[in-house]
Amino acid sequence: MTEPLPIPKRKDPLKRSRFGLVPPGLRSRAASEMATFAAQGRFVLQSCDRCRSITYPPRDRCPSCWGTLTWADQDRGARIEAVTTIRHSTDNFFRNHMPWRIGTARLDAGPVAIVHLHGEVQQGDRVRMTLRLDRGGNPALFAVPQKETPNMQDDPQLRCFTADPKHRRVLVTDGRTAIGQAIARALLKAGAQTVFLGDADPLMRYPGKAEIEAQEGIEPVSLNLTDSGSVQELAAQLGGRVDIVVNTAGFVRPGGVAFGAKLSDLQATFDLGAVGLARLAQGFAPAMSARSDDGVNSAAAFLDIVPVSGLSGQSGYAGAAASAAARLSLMSGLRGEMQQSGIRVLSVLTGPVDDDWHQDLPQPKVAPGQLARAVVHALTEGQGITCAGDVAKDLFARWQANPLLTMREENR
Amino acid sequence: MTRSPLTLLAEALADRTVECIDLTNTLSPDFPVIVLPAEFGQCAPFRMEKVSRYDDNGPAWYWNNISMNEHTGTHFDAPAHWVTGKDLPSNTVDAVPAQDFVAPAVVIDISNEAAADADFVLTRAFLEDWEAQHGEIPKRHWIALRTDWYKRVGTPDYLNLKEDGAHSPGPDGRAMEFLVHERDCVGLAVETVGTDAGQAFHFNPPLPAHSILHGNGRYGLQCLTNLDKLPTFGAMIIACPLKIEGGSGSPLRVIALVERTPA
Repeated sequence: MTEPLPIPKRKDPLKRSRFGLVPPGLRSRAASEMATFAAQGRFVLQSCDRCRSITYPPRDRCPSCWGTLTWADQDRGARIEAVTTIRHSTDNFFRNHMPWRIGTARLDAGPVAIVHLHGEVQQGDRVRMTLRLDRGGNPALFAVPQKETPNMQDDPQLRCFTADPKHRRVLVTDGRTAIGQAIARALLKAGAQTVFLGDADPLMRYPGKAEIEAQEGIEPVSLNLTDSGSVQELAAQLGGRVDIVVNTAGFVRPGGVAFGAKLSDLQATFDLGAVGLARLAQGFAPAMSARSDDGVNSAAAFLDIVPVSGLSGQSGYAGAAASAAARLSLMSGLRGEMQQSGIRVLSVLTGPVDDDWHQDLPQPKVAPGQLARAVVHALTEGQGITCAGDVAKDLFARWQANPLLTMREENR
Repeated sequence: MTRSPLTLLAEALADRTVECIDLTNTLSPDFPVIVLPAEFGQCAPFRMEKVSRYDDNGPAWYWNNISMNEHTGTHFDAPAHWVTGKDLPSNTVDAVPAQDFVAPAVVIDISNEAAADADFVLTRAFLEDWEAQHGEIPKRHWIALRTDWYKRVGTPDYLNLKEDGAHSPGPDGRAMEFLVHERDCVGLAVETVGTDAGQAFHFNPPLPAHSILHGNGRYGLQCLTNLDKLPTFGAMIIACPLKIEGGSGSPLRVIALVERTPA
């Protein structure tokens, strides 16, 4: 079994925090494409359209026959042929994380690959292969034990590839909704040390307030993402103590573009969803960037929960979808900025949630618990894009296959 | 030389025999706004985004963009705010005669009644009793309703929003008819978030202050502070809303001129 992670001690104020360095980042376009699959938690390799051979590492053409390569999901099985422990490196990130174990894996899919190893994996073991994003957003093969083992997630090498909430301090931006409360509870259950739970209007009661605020590990905080002063004030208080940000805030009202639309609703949707996201990022991201390799409770991730309709637009909820599109775009920009410092930027895409503003939509709607599981999954896997619920999964799959068709389908 | 009223006023201001009392709450992002049922459009709170503060966006100057509803913070209600006043002439803030921005006030103190009962309703009978004690309410005055509600700002008790709605004091329909038609008031000036009582939607007629004031070309002043610093008679209220084209109301600075009582 893996040694359980120690509860981090308070920091020695005389020590300078370790720089948030990232592993080497220069990759080919093919490798960048592989990263898009890693971000979804898929295990893919390139397959030759002509000779059917599977190839790794990522290439532009088939090394056997110059055929065209296509990404395809592969069997995750592999056997570790050899293990090496690296004790010295010229790379500054790895130097800070020595010793580092790698191995040669014979993949069931065919190729032999150099892979990162979980601490419990030994030579000769059958393993489960995962394709993950490293701290710099690059794809990497990581071998884990075939079956779940105690404290498996605590492996220090694996933890460099995740944003696991264990022992970390999380800011959940909106705790006034059933969704925010379910996520806060799920994060505590997943081992989060503290959940700072945002309340946009502390003078106004909300359902479940007494219960959630009484829960150990919950710290209510005043946070209104439409108010720059409020965000800055909280960032000033918590900036150096927030390891994960989970943005649960949003404003959804029905309406079209020219028909049935209210501009005041559109403004509110954008101000909270899109501008609010930028306020949150400006408040918290800089301090997080400085602490991305700061021990067990290093800053790790900035996660946004966003309607999947941001990919396509949505008739009947045009403003909410447009705001979601803006959020996805801002998150892409933020991902690029945070890759420099090793903070993961994660989006959880959701279909209509089961709340007051989607009363007339057909089932299945996303329940708070379902969304909470998706958030915890995204963090523990360090996964860039996670779909919560069947509507989001379906739309995302259609959008990947044909974005323009999906836009037509969702707007008629 | 005979001295004009304004010269006398200037002298009084200079020697502080006339004082200015600020009746305005500070416009801040956390100042509460009226909350309507969730399916209606809502009142936007005050917001401020920095443009520059002696920085790269403006090295020597500090300024902000601000946004809010016309009815955010201490604010003025024009007749066009209510459906009853929609067809009146000069019913928007840009058209309200400037003469009406300066008017005397009579202060009716219901602070004890409001403290005892947040749903205290001001009735015609109460006003008639009040007149029997204090004298008749003069014409063309603001009716300033002192509730001490401003002392609740910053607490949940200001909006006092319970599961059955807001609970705050206000007038009923007959009181409003009396004040408008028999006492020809300029308007109703209150410390609460609206001129109507929190539960006034359930009155008959509903929301009588809004309905009767604005239907007769009168005004509202809401979210005032310091009404307890004013004398019952003799204060002069200066309340100039922003000249918003076609506006239904406006945040504003409200001050009262009061004669200092000799020590």
